[in-house]
Amino acid sequence: MTVLVYAEHDNSQLKADTAKLVSAASQLADDIHVLVAGEHCAQVASQAAELKGVTRVLQVNHSAYAHQLAENCAQLVVSIAKDYSHILAAATTGGKNFMPRVAALLDVAQISDIIQIENSATFVRPIYAGNAIATVSCNEPIKILTIRSAAFDAVETGNNAPVETLDVIKEDPRVRFDSEQLTVSERPELTAAEVVISGGRGMQNGENFALLEAIADKLGAAVGASRAAVDAGFVPNDMQVGQTGKIVAPQLYIAVGISGAIQHLAGMKDSKIIVAINKDEDAPIFQVADYGLVGDLFEILPELEKAL
Amino acid sequence: MKILVPIKRVIDYNVKVRVKPDNSSVDLTNTKMAMNPFCEIAVEEAVRLKEKGIATEVLVVSIGDKTCQEQIRTAMALGADRGLHIDCEQPLDSLHVAKLLTKVVEQEQPQLIILGKQSIDSDNNQTGQMLAAMANLPQGTFASEVSVEQGTVKVTREIDGGLQTLVLTLPAVVTTDLRLNEPRYASLPNIMKAKRKPLDVKPADEFGVDLSPRVEILKVTPPQKRSGGTKVSGVTELVEKLRNEAKVIP
Repeated sequence: MTVLVYAEHDNSQLKADTAKLVSAASQLADDIHVLVAGEHCAQVASQAAELKGVTRVLQVNHSAYAHQLAENCAQLVVSIAKDYSHILAAATTGGKNFMPRVAALLDVAQISDIIQIENSATFVRPIYAGNAIATVSCNEPIKILTIRSAAFDAVETGNNAPVETLDVIKEDPRVRFDSEQLTVSERPELTAAEVVISGGRGMQNGENFALLEAIADKLGAAVGASRAAVDAGFVPNDMQVGQTGKIVAPQLYIAVGISGAIQHLAGMKDSKIIVAINKDEDAPIFQVADYGLVGDLFEILPELEKAL
Repeated sequence: MKILVPIKRVIDYNVKVRVKPDNSSVDLTNTKMAMNPFCEIAVEEAVRLKEKGIATEVLVVSIGDKTCQEQIRTAMALGADRGLHIDCEQPLDSLHVAKLLTKVVEQEQPQLIILGKQSIDSDNNQTGQMLAAMANLPQGTFASEVSVEQGTVKVTREIDGGLQTLVLTLPAVVTTDLRLNEPRYASLPNIMKAKRKPLDVKPADEFGVDLSPRVEILKVTPPQKRSGGTKVSGVTELVEKLRNEAKVIP
């Protein structure tokens, strides 16, 4: 059995998710290939080759794959799919976008957002916003899987797998990249951070997120938000943690002014330690918090910053 | 142009789900059901395109037992023109749903198909993409902005690092993210009017799609409970506990 892992990257850097995917793949087979599809992504391919357990890196360098368009990437994966028993991608917006297309083109079902691998055909995944955990089995000839990277540890580096260049260009003329607006941040990436501090509606406005940023800087933390804070326009949507945003599982999650709706909990309740700071002592967040502090966040946050 | 909006009946998003004691599935008896929130956004977007004079007809389709006609009526009360209920008692995988919808697309030839990005029960986030693949159409997933212009649709998508804008040639598939719009409430007169709008019912087996299960659910269990934590008296105690008890900060 050979497993194909689809690399997450931005054409210059391999994302931490990929090392976690390789770790998931290593539970399925010893022969692991990584596909790096992008434009000017040679550096990414060599980073992928360093991941422990990878036996081969396939790289495709072409403008058709520069922006990870689903139409092109799916056709590319389908063109080499027959050589693999399992194809894995991260359950990020990238993987979620093109993998179901791969599955449909191969006429197989897909299993999304896997948190545990029981064997080569049995997988565990959350449903109902993480309020139930389903164990499912799938007997498709090729298993198309997206992996919740927060549930797997990254493999180490120090490998030197061979890199091959593929010459498969799939370009759908019906889709054109127009533009992108990426959020610039010097803090660690939300899904990979060891510490996350998030603000909710209780923050009252976007400027007050500076209070969280000050603490984040001291802890080397990423800053997240609840949907309420995003919808109110306090912060951009890519900071949202929850069922419809990002799923995080850091060592420490600090929820500030967040009530703890089911949809938010779905995105963070697998964090190792949860701290809740909220003035409402009945807020549901306190039911999952290891340490709860009832009080006014505008008094607590500056105090916390000083104490760190 | 015609817009097709597939919708799903799911547990109401506010309901705390219970896992059945025999671990076979989630208990949905006597549970409040509603239209999937992402599907509501899809209906709203289609209706807005009709109000702008871009769409001429909005067709809503739902697959399931006859109770899903309730959600089709709701969609019609929100402004959809016509409903199609594909009658099917058994649970379906996203792949089956996408195959049935592909048949509907072949029959109805819509220019735009708008779906929710995921249903809040199975949390798969697959159907729109699978439909796009099987109907051989371009896709704009996780849309937070949609504008139709001269045979194309411009879709701004929510991606992990921010936003991405694509231009797709119509016909195309779009899946909605939460920030695309704020769905309206149905007024009583519109609810009454919706009762007279046409709703076709077709049995799923008429579509010639093999609906044998592809994914088997072995068991469903409640998630691991977090042990109840403690309340601390102040910042000093909190920092002390994080440092010395939990050891998560230096």
